[in-house]
Amino acid sequence: MPVTITIPAPLRQFAGGQSQIIVEANTAGEALNSLTTTHSALRRHLFNDQNVLRNFVNVYLNDEDIRHASGPDTPVKDGDTIMIVPSIAGGAVVESEVGQELPELSNEEIMRYSRHLIMPEVGMQGQRRMKAASVLMIGTGGLGAPVGMYLAAAGIGRIGIVDFDVVEESNLQRQIIHGTKDLGRRKIESARDRLRDINPHIEIETHESRLTSQNAMQLFQNYDVIVDGTDNFPTRYLVNDACVLSGKPNVYGSIFRFEGQASVFWAEKGACYRCLYPEPPPPGLVPSCAEGGVLGVLPGIVGAIQANETIKFILGGEDLLINRLLLFDAWAMKFREFKLRKDPKCPVCGENPTVTKLIDYEEFCGMAAHQAPQPDTKLEEISATELNARRLRGDTLQIIDVREPHEFEIARIPGTKLIPLGHVVGRMNEIDPEAETIVHCKGGVRSAKAIAALKRAGFQGRLVNLKGGITAWSEDVDPRVPKY
Amino acid sequence: MIFVPKQQLTEIREHGVRDYPYECCGLLLGSYTAEGKVVTETYPISNAREESAKRNRFLITPDELMRGERYAASRDLEVVGFYHSHPDSPAVPSNYDLEHAWPTYSYIIVSTREDEATDLFSWEQQEDRSRFNPEEIQCQ
Repeated sequence: MPVTITIPAPLRQFAGGQSQIIVEANTAGEALNSLTTTHSALRRHLFNDQNVLRNFVNVYLNDEDIRHASGPDTPVKDGDTIMIVPSIAGGAVVESEVGQELPELSNEEIMRYSRHLIMPEVGMQGQRRMKAASVLMIGTGGLGAPVGMYLAAAGIGRIGIVDFDVVEESNLQRQIIHGTKDLGRRKIESARDRLRDINPHIEIETHESRLTSQNAMQLFQNYDVIVDGTDNFPTRYLVNDACVLSGKPNVYGSIFRFEGQASVFWAEKGACYRCLYPEPPPPGLVPSCAEGGVLGVLPGIVGAIQANETIKFILGGEDLLINRLLLFDAWAMKFREFKLRKDPKCPVCGENPTVTKLIDYEEFCGMAAHQAPQPDTKLEEISATELNARRLRGDTLQIIDVREPHEFEIARIPGTKLIPLGHVVGRMNEIDPEAETIVHCKGGVRSAKAIAALKRAGFQGRLVNLKGGITAWSEDVDPRVPKY
Repeated sequence: MIFVPKQQLTEIREHGVRDYPYECCGLLLGSYTAEGKVVTETYPISNAREESAKRNRFLITPDELMRGERYAASRDLEVVGFYHSHPDSPAVPSNYDLEHAWPTYSYIIVSTREDEATDLFSWEQQEDRSRFNPEEIQCQ
């Protein structure tokens, strides 16, 4: 039956500019279906995602609302006219009738968040979403500091923090959530106090423990978003896998020296960390910030990006860092971006996953193997106190410091010779193979590497590693030597 | 872009203050031109919602809208948008507004207080319904 549909003025652009369209149909519903099949751009303005007529859209068949007849099944006759008329609704404050039961904002909160509220991307609805949201931060270090502070300030309703460390002096150069007065305090307590001071309207939950394969799933299930602020590979893989297995987005950041990375790994929508890095690097290949250093402001920038993406995720914003790896170089002041792709063979988020529950991540990252003594290259070690005792006894020892010159400038053990790790093989002839040689660095890792390299290069003399490096020397022998 | 004469802007503000603490609403009548929408008249409508919900909802029933359309047609005009007030709230659309809007129309929102109207902005829904974009008001 041919019926005429009158198109309201604002929708004519989606109907080829026509104001009236004739379609063949037996019912009002069929007429609308026929119309929106021919003019598909019209459809979303008339029907919601569930394919139901939007509740403000009214359909009149010859001046009668079809809701008062048989709805979409209302039969139509030859020559009938259908009109589409909106009822106009709206309002400043969202009521429970809208569907989502979001918490209300108090007048104090409205005042506090006013710079958010006046942006349509946030608005009352978005701010209430933030109030209803929960975020778990792994770590309250360099990255966790800005993440926590900005999320608290933004009004994220519930923030969980996981850390087991205490605040040390060397943290304060970048971990701005902690202050000098907090030295020696547990980080979660110091962080909690700071966040409470920033925003008393939010809830802060502290979890004083190391994140492990045993507790991760249970912890994650109580939060909407997980923010990874860890500094080591085992925890990073653990966070990733637990996020994939629990379906949570993992807002990732990492930092080293002047370079940072950020991404959002959300297996439901894109790549996970393992799609990008299927295997961890060999232990010791990638130095930690403690070994390689980090510019204090770098975690501030990367952490702020993580906070930004977390907020966008909660607000339902588009253009998240999903399937995108952002690389930042603070020294060159350059951002670069790589496209990521979900790997169908990914062992955790791929089509046939082999990792279906959390595993032993220390083992996965080769930590256990790394820490075990290696049978063919037995490393001889000496403690700082023992070394001091032997020097006082007058033993002839040569001490080689394999750190970098700028570290040598900060602190040194008297009577040592500096040959940085990278030069140790090339300058092997400067080391007397007849004398006993003590090799040291900051903490004992690089000196062990130097010894292994020298042995491989055929050095014949006796090489002994100083356990704990110059740090142990400062702690156990001579506190005048600064720790860094 | 929407062109609104000064007099009509004043009418919208006055309507908002008059109806405070409730929301006011009305139609914007005029024409669609190549340069944008041109408003020549406002058409105030009584807020159809029951008393208790008037403060944060307004509703123009389809019957009222059709009446407004007929009135507009009699003067050779069209409905080019709507206006409403946000008592004690910013003049930005809420998600509720977004759910109940169509593109092309202008949605003018005026923020009202007890004795004055403050901000007044016009918004247009993006074609994919995902958001409102601010629309420039040219006051003639």
